[in-house]
Amino acid sequence: MFIIKCPYCGERDHSEFNYGGEAHLVRPKQPTELSDDQWAEYLFMKKNIKGLQYERWNHSHGCRRWFNAARDTSNDKIHSVYKIGEKPNK
Amino acid sequence: MTNEYRLSSGGQINRSESISFKFNGKTLYGYKGDTLASALLANGIHLVGRSFKYHRPRGIFTSGVEEPNALVQIIKDKGKTDPNLRATQIEIYEGLNATSQNSWPSVNFDLGSINNLFSPIIPAGFYYKTFMWPASLWENVYEYFIRKAAGLGKSPTKKDPDIYDHCYYHCEVLIVGAGPAGLIAAKTALNSGKKVLLVDERPNFGGNLNFSNKDYNKINELAPLEWIKKTCLELQKNKNIKILSRTSVAAYHNYNYLIMMQNLTDHLPDKDKKEKIRQRLWKVRAKKVILATGSIERPMIFDCNDRPGIMLSSAVRKYANTYGVKCGDNISIFTNNDDAYETAITLHNKGVKVKSVIDIREKSDGALPKKCNELGIKIHWKSAVIYTEGYKKINKIHIMSLSKDNTNVVGNKLKIDCDLLCVSGGYTPAVHLFTQSGGKLDYNEKKHYFFPKKNTLNQISVGSCNGTFGLKNIISEAQEKTREFLNISEAEQFNILEPERGVFENIWLIPSNKISGKTKSFVDYQNDSTVNDIKLALREGFKSIEHVKRYTTTGMATDQGKIANMHALGIISEITNTKLGELGTTTFRPPYSPITFGALVGRNVGQFFDITRKTPMHDWHEKNNAKFEDVGQWKRAWYYTLGNENMYDAVQRESKAARTKAGILDASTLGKIDIQGSDASEFLNRVYTNAWSKLAIGKCRYGLMLNEDGMVYDDGVTTRLNENHYIMTTTTGGAATVMSKLEDFLQTEWPELKVYLTSVTDHFATVSVCGPHSKKILEKVTQNIDYSDSNFPHMSFKNGLIDKIKCRVMRISFTGELSYEINVQANYGQSVWEKCMAAGKEYGITPYGTEAMHLLRAEKGFIIVGQETDGTVTPVDLQMDWIVSKKKYDFIGKRSLYRSDTMREDRKQYVGLLTNDPKEILEEGAQIVAEVKNKPPMNMIGHVTSSYYSPNLNKSIALAVVKNGKKLKGKKLYVPMPNKTIEVIVSDTIFLDKEGKRLNA
Repeated sequence: MFIIKCPYCGERDHSEFNYGGEAHLVRPKQPTELSDDQWAEYLFMKKNIKGLQYERWNHSHGCRRWFNAARDTSNDKIHSVYKIGEKPNK
Repeated sequence: MTNEYRLSSGGQINRSESISFKFNGKTLYGYKGDTLASALLANGIHLVGRSFKYHRPRGIFTSGVEEPNALVQIIKDKGKTDPNLRATQIEIYEGLNATSQNSWPSVNFDLGSINNLFSPIIPAGFYYKTFMWPASLWENVYEYFIRKAAGLGKSPTKKDPDIYDHCYYHCEVLIVGAGPAGLIAAKTALNSGKKVLLVDERPNFGGNLNFSNKDYNKINELAPLEWIKKTCLELQKNKNIKILSRTSVAAYHNYNYLIMMQNLTDHLPDKDKKEKIRQRLWKVRAKKVILATGSIERPMIFDCNDRPGIMLSSAVRKYANTYGVKCGDNISIFTNNDDAYETAITLHNKGVKVKSVIDIREKSDGALPKKCNELGIKIHWKSAVIYTEGYKKINKIHIMSLSKDNTNVVGNKLKIDCDLLCVSGGYTPAVHLFTQSGGKLDYNEKKHYFFPKKNTLNQISVGSCNGTFGLKNIISEAQEKTREFLNISEAEQFNILEPERGVFENIWLIPSNKISGKTKSFVDYQNDSTVNDIKLALREGFKSIEHVKRYTTTGMATDQGKIANMHALGIISEITNTKLGELGTTTFRPPYSPITFGALVGRNVGQFFDITRKTPMHDWHEKNNAKFEDVGQWKRAWYYTLGNENMYDAVQRESKAARTKAGILDASTLGKIDIQGSDASEFLNRVYTNAWSKLAIGKCRYGLMLNEDGMVYDDGVTTRLNENHYIMTTTTGGAATVMSKLEDFLQTEWPELKVYLTSVTDHFATVSVCGPHSKKILEKVTQNIDYSDSNFPHMSFKNGLIDKIKCRVMRISFTGELSYEINVQANYGQSVWEKCMAAGKEYGITPYGTEAMHLLRAEKGFIIVGQETDGTVTPVDLQMDWIVSKKKYDFIGKRSLYRSDTMREDRKQYVGLLTNDPKEILEEGAQIVAEVKNKPPMNMIGHVTSSYYSPNLNKSIALAVVKNGKKLKGKKLYVPMPNKTIEVIVSDTIFLDKEGKRLNA
């Protein structure tokens, strides 16, 4: 039901977007050198917290660009959006 | 017409326009402007329904959306009916045909009322406690009877013929509710020049002010109705406002997104409804929201407070003032506040006998009680109604005095005859929408209500929904808060006349002279839950109000507890000695009032329910008797019937022809992604399991794509068109998700790669021609391609021409036969298809559908992603180790293939199965066991994924995944079916042409 401000297109209804899970998880550059536990940590152990959460969103029915959003999961307020590779505004 | 309870004058009905309607088969009359409830009351009809559980007679209780009892079924054409509508909201029209619900054979004589005698043994949780075992009886016996007994209305049996609409709307200020607070807010908001939307669920504006007594209430010297009319006219003249009546806000979501339903034609005569939109669902995004949703009058909770003829005091006033209807001839009023006295005076002035007012308070200094005294209406102070008599209609009330602390009744019992008892327990702010939006409530200990405390969105609440009562207070608050909210400097002066009111006093549960447990004091009328049910739930250990609610079903009926949820909370708070503020409320969930499925679905029905994608050759398939299969949104030709063929025969014929002569398949639905850029090869290396760097230009390669968890995700053939240019094909169903996944990795993990992706699925039509004659056919169709094996070997591609049309021809095979795929610009698809058909005629070319394609590839043991795989299958499980590069440092999913779980030897693995009897065809999805027992459970070690009768091998073949399958080759396993057990032998997955000779036939 919320409105998301795509960093490329501006404010749009959330129905134009797809959710992409936790942000700032970097795919290991050398996966083969990780133990099973380390790999599982990257692959499966995603956060799902109550409160401010950094997430990936895709403007799938718009510019199709991925970006990040800092969303408070308790009230769906989006505190900031920023491009992939950028840091969130604190 | 006889309207014996119609007052001789007054009301907003049009007395010159008489309307006939049917109720329970009887023809009755009312006037234009009546609701079904007011018209029934004018005809002296109170009894309209039977209660949910005990089938007690129930009458009209309210005058609006909060009505718990008067639910009716509207009968339209045969099979078309609307259940569970509130008679208090239905505006009558010529042709209206309504009936009571939940009674049999009739509302006057209901056999189900025997439940009332059994009520002591049907307490809260009855069904949980009683129908525990045996479990086998649930499905056919218990559930059937419980559903039959606990019915509300009946569902329609035919398709809904009405038209529904959706509308998106954006506004700067949305005002919900057009009572005095909403009207003032709208008037004020327009001063800001902003775009305003004002909505109200009723046909007439003004809220409760609409039926206020004009002698006691005035705004700027105008009577309430005159002021409302004048204000509405003023508003309508302003071009910045949009006004919607008969529009109920169902839901208030985050970011000021509101869903509302507008009734457009339900009130019109049948002849005027035709071809018009019945209801419109508004999806409104508002910058700011002003809630002016008003308040709902409370009843009183005492023994037998549910009889027909017991009504809310404000409702009785509304019936008198708005509809010119007296609800009784001999009236008593039971109250704890001054508002009910306005009803007494109104009725008295209209010549209706008000015999007594029973007031729980010791006294009131208000102007209205004083006036009642002067009029000679007997007021019983510090007294309470403790019981009522009368089965289908109230005829007597019992009253007693209250003890000093209101916990007991004392003195002598007094019986008073009456045919109507008005009850008024004060008003509860309608905070439903406020809390839906995430707002937090607080409890006012003095005034006994929950009110909005903290909002999270850009909104305000004004008027009685904010806990502000009294016309003067409401109007000044609505103006002040709106001015502040919208930064408006102009202020209008209002001169308000209203009666001075005494203090309101509250008792949640009226004390009784009977011992606890012997009373029937209803808290939720519609779900028949009583104070005793609540007490029982608390005794049985339910503490949370959410649990008590579910156990007793209090507040869970279609009215969602609008009437007496507060009392349930109050009673729980008293019994558990918890402050109401700490107890809190149950969750207010959308919709505020019921909305139709029709409105929710709007125009998205039938062919508009989902998008249908058709290939460019669709018309040809249709003309040639194709049956279609849904693959995602695509319609794919499934098989083509000749003469009287059934599906089996058609598929057998098609499959045979493809191997002996020539077959032609429409493969246009396969996903196609155009990949360009200097890093395209490296990109493919990373997304597929096999190596791509060395693929020569003009060559094709099959690729398998994994998820990062190592499980097979998609497959397809990718062709290198040029140094930095590839065309990837994906499965039909996977096209969109593969595209998204590739974009995701490019944008987020590998932004350094110079790769550009374009989805071209719809841009190309693909015609696949296979079989021993395919080469000859292609030679006839294309002009400039040399089809010799040396020039055009298997797994390569050529650019060519068909007449002047450019085409790409790939020599690739999913059937194991010599096979070519022609790709042309989509709009030439059908003509190229027809060309192939014409060229192939002499060779017996046969169109085949997806079913034959599945059969043909199963003969060759080729997998279908989504059929042999289900998201838990690795390439190693599929015995496709050959396609997983050991040399590449990394690709998506590589690391997961070396996890302890994916390396387990006894995982389910891909195998073939052959039945002893070659005619026996296994069922897809059937479970496989190693050891048969007399009855389940048996240890299931796998399941059949594909199964066919192969016309080319003259025997049945099946593919399966089986635990440790690699090592079971040649072993006997079993497939237990309901009536027999089938023996199978584990075989290789390739049943035909293991050497692959046919590819070069």
